[in-house]
Amino acid sequence: MSAMQLHADAAINAIADCGIDPRDIDGLACTRVEYFAPITLGSYLGLTPRWVDSTFIGGSSFMALVGHASAALATGQANVVLITHGESGRSNVVNTPYPFHEDMWEAQFERPYGTHTAHTMFPLGVLRYMKDHGLTPEQMASVAVSTRAWATRNPRAWLRDPITVEEILASPYVAYPVHKAESCVITDGGGALILTTAERARDLDLPHPPVYVVGAGQSTESPMISQMADLTTSRAFRVSGAAAFAEAGITPADVDHLMAYDPFAFVPLYALEDLGFVARGEAGKFVEAGGTAPGGTLPMNTNGGGLSYTHTGMYGMFAIQESVRQLRGTAPAQVEGVEVSVCHGVGGMYSSGATLVLSNRLP
Amino acid sequence: MPAETAQPHKDHKAVPKPTPETKPFWDACAEGELRLQYCTACEGHYFPPRFFCPTCLSRDVEWRAVSGRGRLYSYVINQSFAPPGWETPYAIALVELEEGPRLMSNILDVPQTPEALVLDMELEVTFEVRGGVAIPQFRPVAGGAA
Ligand SMILES: [Zn+2]
Repeated sequence: MSAMQLHADAAINAIADCGIDPRDIDGLACTRVEYFAPITLGSYLGLTPRWVDSTFIGGSSFMALVGHASAALATGQANVVLITHGESGRSNVVNTPYPFHEDMWEAQFERPYGTHTAHTMFPLGVLRYMKDHGLTPEQMASVAVSTRAWATRNPRAWLRDPITVEEILASPYVAYPVHKAESCVITDGGGALILTTAERARDLDLPHPPVYVVGAGQSTESPMISQMADLTTSRAFRVSGAAAFAEAGITPADVDHLMAYDPFAFVPLYALEDLGFVARGEAGKFVEAGGTAPGGTLPMNTNGGGLSYTHTGMYGMFAIQESVRQLRGTAPAQVEGVEVSVCHGVGGMYSSGATLVLSNRLP
Repeated sequence: MPAETAQPHKDHKAVPKPTPETKPFWDACAEGELRLQYCTACEGHYFPPRFFCPTCLSRDVEWRAVSGRGRLYSYVINQSFAPPGWETPYAIALVELEEGPRLMSNILDVPQTPEALVLDMELEVTFEVRGGVAIPQFRPVAGGAA
């Protein structure tokens, strides 16, 4: 399917899933589907929005769009917002290329050194993190092992066979010190969300209980990985996480479930620390001890994540969907008693961060 | 992340294209000197080039030669897909200059292995001329230890 078809397929599924009349949709948000998203998508779907957003901050765009949509709903700028994603990452059928031109800093100051796809840039800070904070290769691999353990329970996951730390460490590197099994899968996929006000949701005869957006945050840092202030921590994560937690009025101790966008195994380690779930330098030990695995105190990436479930190029939509499923009680690897789920995204290497706090009860 | 190239396919390595804002940097490289902008208001170097200081937004900035010495801050060794002109394995490194700013680089004159590429090893600038542009590169300081 083309990226546009994936957007539309997901949108139609989401409309059917919540039973809303498509004519009630008056807000539309999507990003990077042809150059004039969401103009093209609105026309393709036959929708006439009075509120639109196309914020593009990479894979975390969807967390940001949910935050923007929530603000629009709260201020009456829209009543029902549709947010879509579609990307033909594996088959590359009519996929919009990432914007790039020769005048960009990246073209002048990074490309000449052999940077290319994400594996040549994203892991650039990992060795520094290892040296400064004592992260071991075994601890980093344990992130992929924990995520795969969840994927074994998700029949839709791309990779479902259990994997061990030893197998990962014995496998080839995609870019030293990161092994291929510590890198995300490449898939085609789509997803859509429909948001409305809590009042309206109460009046609708919904087939599922609603999930509430109780906090949202976003931030950016540098478009170039080489210019991050400190490659062992993401400023964008810290700012977006703190903003979302403050709006929700929660602390990490209140969180039952975490989706931490995982293009590579080390990225959730940054999220665990930068969002305050563990102290600086403690994330590797926490994951190695099973803290995020089935049975752990903080179930994380329970759909199998970008490492094992799906990664179309911009994974954020799928992380949000899994938070929603866990809060509805309909996830393939359902965790008991999830009331507060945090969903955290990253975009363009560490260029952006966006965080949502979702709950199945109103605060 | 998608495996797509934003640049047209070529059989040679990418060559930077200076812009008016970055031209003084590349001109200095052509003269064999690493020059960065310096903010006289808050007294610090910054990179990449721009007409104001990103710390305090002052326009009182000037180009100053820097020592060309730094340390190996971090790196990866690419062992899978490579862009045109490159043969794996090769290291993509970050060099932290004595003056503070960090530059991406390759580390020349040393095996591209974890054993040889020791974090915090002392480096010095050298220039690689490619497509008519002198590109800053780094190599271990002669006789220098980590
Ligand atoms: Zn300044």
